[in-house]
Amino acid sequence: MFNSTNPMTRHAEILNDVVIKFAGDSGEGMQLTGSQFTNNTALLGIDLATFPDFPAEIRAPQGTLPGVSGYQLRFSSDMVFTPGEECDVLVAMNAAALKVNLKSLKKGGKIIANTDGFDSKNLRLANFPEGVNPLDDGSLGNYEVIRMDITKMTREALKEISLGTKEKDRAKNMFVLGFLYWMYNRDMASTVQFLKDKFGKKPEIFESNMKALQAGYNYGDTTETFTTTYKVEKAKMHPGVYRSIMGNQALAYGLIAASQKSGLPLFLGSYPITPASDILHELSRYKSFGVRTFQAEDEIAGITAAIGAAYGGSLAVTTTSGPGLALKAESMGLAVMLEIPLLIVDVQRGGPSTGLPTKTEQSDLLQAYYGRNGECPMPVIAASTPSDCFDAVYEAARISVQHMTPVIFLSDGYIANGAEPWRFPNANDLQEITVNFKAGLNPDEEKFLPYLRDEKLARPWAIPGTPGLEHRIGGLEKQNVTGNVNYEPENHQLMVKLRQEKVDRIADHIPEQKLDSGPTKGKVLVLGWGSTYGAIKSAVAELKEEGHAISHAHIRYLRPFPANLGAILRNFEQVLVPEINNGQLIRLIRDLYLVDAKGYHKIMGIPITKTELVAELRRYL
Amino acid sequence: MSNTTVNPLPLTAKDFATDQEVRWCPGCGDYSILAQVQKVMPTLGIPRENIVIISGIGCSSRFPYYMNTYGMHSIHGRATAIASGLKATRPELSVWIVTGDGDGLSIGGNHTIHLLRRNFDVNIMLFNNQIYGLTKGQYSPTSEEKKVTKSTPFGSIDHPFNPAALALGADATFVARSMDRDPKHLQEMLIRSHAHKGASFLEIYQNCNIFNDGAFEIFTEKSSKQDETVFLEHGKPLIFGAQKNKGLRLDGFKPVAVEFGKEFSADDLWVHDENDFHKASILSRMFDNPREAEHLPRPFGVFYESFRSCYEDEMAMQIGEAIEQKGKGDLNKLLRGNETWTIA
Ligand code: SF4
Repeated sequence: MFNSTNPMTRHAEILNDVVIKFAGDSGEGMQLTGSQFTNNTALLGIDLATFPDFPAEIRAPQGTLPGVSGYQLRFSSDMVFTPGEECDVLVAMNAAALKVNLKSLKKGGKIIANTDGFDSKNLRLANFPEGVNPLDDGSLGNYEVIRMDITKMTREALKEISLGTKEKDRAKNMFVLGFLYWMYNRDMASTVQFLKDKFGKKPEIFESNMKALQAGYNYGDTTETFTTTYKVEKAKMHPGVYRSIMGNQALAYGLIAASQKSGLPLFLGSYPITPASDILHELSRYKSFGVRTFQAEDEIAGITAAIGAAYGGSLAVTTTSGPGLALKAESMGLAVMLEIPLLIVDVQRGGPSTGLPTKTEQSDLLQAYYGRNGECPMPVIAASTPSDCFDAVYEAARISVQHMTPVIFLSDGYIANGAEPWRFPNANDLQEITVNFKAGLNPDEEKFLPYLRDEKLARPWAIPGTPGLEHRIGGLEKQNVTGNVNYEPENHQLMVKLRQEKVDRIADHIPEQKLDSGPTKGKVLVLGWGSTYGAIKSAVAELKEEGHAISHAHIRYLRPFPANLGAILRNFEQVLVPEINNGQLIRLIRDLYLVDAKGYHKIMGIPITKTELVAELRRYL
Repeated sequence: MSNTTVNPLPLTAKDFATDQEVRWCPGCGDYSILAQVQKVMPTLGIPRENIVIISGIGCSSRFPYYMNTYGMHSIHGRATAIASGLKATRPELSVWIVTGDGDGLSIGGNHTIHLLRRNFDVNIMLFNNQIYGLTKGQYSPTSEEKKVTKSTPFGSIDHPFNPAALALGADATFVARSMDRDPKHLQEMLIRSHAHKGASFLEIYQNCNIFNDGAFEIFTEKSSKQDETVFLEHGKPLIFGAQKNKGLRLDGFKPVAVEFGKEFSADDLWVHDENDFHKASILSRMFDNPREAEHLPRPFGVFYESFRSCYEDEMAMQIGEAIEQKGKGDLNKLLRGNETWTIA
């Protein structure tokens, strides 16, 4: 039913690397269209990376520039590590979408323009001068413009359906999707199944979406003007079974996996905040895994409820973004003092204050390091890609429960909403997380000593309900070993040092820092952390291809740093640290290792691109 | 069954004391409250290891250090939220929250009302001394208007909270008031708090003899107590007065005090019904300044008790239902998802 009637008449050109941007009004379903095309692409074994770009407002006024929502997808028969820079194809559902995105379209690129979105009203809303229509005035001469009246054709396709025009127009995005499926030689089964699952109980909506999808496909297929279709072959990825995954989803799965492997029930205390809320949404679905999600009254209640759960023996987590992390600071101090396991997940966004809620930034690293009163060290771990969230948060959980310490986990908006193929692990292959609650007094113990430490300097996890271990803990300074309140000068100094040493010793329990690529010594090392991974990897690969000696190391364990990091840094003449902030990791590196590292700072709420970075790196080669 | 098992001796108040030196000011009302809690605990039949006492910050919040149970002296205002997380995950524990008028109604006011509406089965003991003791004498959210304190040399212009009315407003399922100086009544209220299934809110008038001495004297001193207080008992008429010759009637929605005589006898009085929310609201609003000429007595006892499901039980039920319907979560299935592809 969904195959082309005469595919032989068309010529299918093989492409290696394509970037498509879907752009339209925030109510027009561009994120859905993009993610559907992404899924379809992934299922074919083509490698990909995505970059959704949401407006800050839920529904900014229709047709205006701030209301444009975009979804960028790059897919390739080679491995890709970034969602690409310039687009090959721009889908512009209206004039505003064109205006906002034209600068990122390649010369010679295709514009699929919904002509209905370029009527006088839309042109005015997009701030085009009176009487100017970019589709008609020759200004797009450098591009191939494909004009389609998507609105009209969708309505036409749905004329037999009894829905209102407004409802019918909602299916416009499916028309576009169908057209692109045709253009890229795709089978539409994955979207058909999706629509069935989503609208199975609403037959009219289901039918209208299906019809629009099919109409878009047929439009490409039957219209003589389109002579070429395109095909991207499977990528040469590591053999294995893959699925598509988004960052926040991978993070949620990593937490569930850690809960299952440790045998600790998972508790999430969280207050909704962009871009972290999806973790709460995702985890709230998995009750059959015993997951308890608690939507708290505020950020502070989110973390303190998690502290209560951790005290009771749960794998306790709180999720937030920068402003929420600030609100949780005092409570994190309590967790440090109580020395109980707790995960604090910060999906970073542009700051300070409310800042840029839907844009990405890496500007909470120093907050994670230092943003609390007193000497208050906590381990910090960061994910570098969407699927890396799974492994990295699993590690964060392991460290937290085995070293009896709260751990801060950093992701960011770019990772959180990005999707990529994931060679998911088998549960049996995940590292075991052994946890032993203290079961009672040992025969040689007369009295429970809650702050008696093991060789890792971790104290026992003694949970309420255990006879014989009744004890009191709190935020006042503790006496070493007994945990009683104590204000003696020497004791305070000792305890501050012990808490620091406990975190430092984690370095003995994490893998050594590896180089992602390049020689182990030499001229230039690019040192990164977090979501700059793909851009750095691609830039370094390009320069290596040109014959330059250049290396890349990407840090997951930010506090403590891996034991060999200093040695690696000293092996290079130059260390360059690109970050999406005003210089944070670089300060830590310079402070700790006294290396004259150089920074590269992009603070625009968007990722660093490969091209920018290549240009910057050339200055050091 | 093994015949070596010996029934443990019943616990006594002493078993609940710790080796920590109690550090409240001599004469502080907290001592009496601690003594009553230690007396009541052994009678509740809860294994000591299942009792958890969580406090925030303030004089009263030192409480957990003096109770030989599990305990946490947390941070300012957050004991209620910590207790919520603990109770959500460990419903079998008996969780007690010690807080004060500053801790529970000012910095932690938000968590207090949200705990009450969620109806976790925990016990809140709010020590109200109408002053900030630990920070040495600033007015609190329950201090009366015009109060002169360190931070209000010209008198406070803040209107005070009425804790019982606030708790009812937050849909608390158990609201009661007692006082440090009436050990028997306090014990009784503690037992009732514990017995209530759901969140219980017990306001305890507590004398801070250093910074706000005598704040509740008129209710606690023998000479005035009988005339200035009315002790609520379910199903009993609201009688008060040294001669037991006064009572409360409802004139429409308005409570009025009457003396027995020709017109009224005990039979004409308002009979207390703990389960009547509207009447409980009226009682909670009997909050007159006792120093003003025309005023009603201050109620003590259980204002209100009702039952609705507890958050932790609903949470456990949803999990149980999910497992029943879908089976226990399978990690491999989750990781694999619905759509996969294979690269050879
Ligand atoms: S300051 Fe007041 S409340 Fe605090 S311990 Fe002293 S008497 Fe008690």
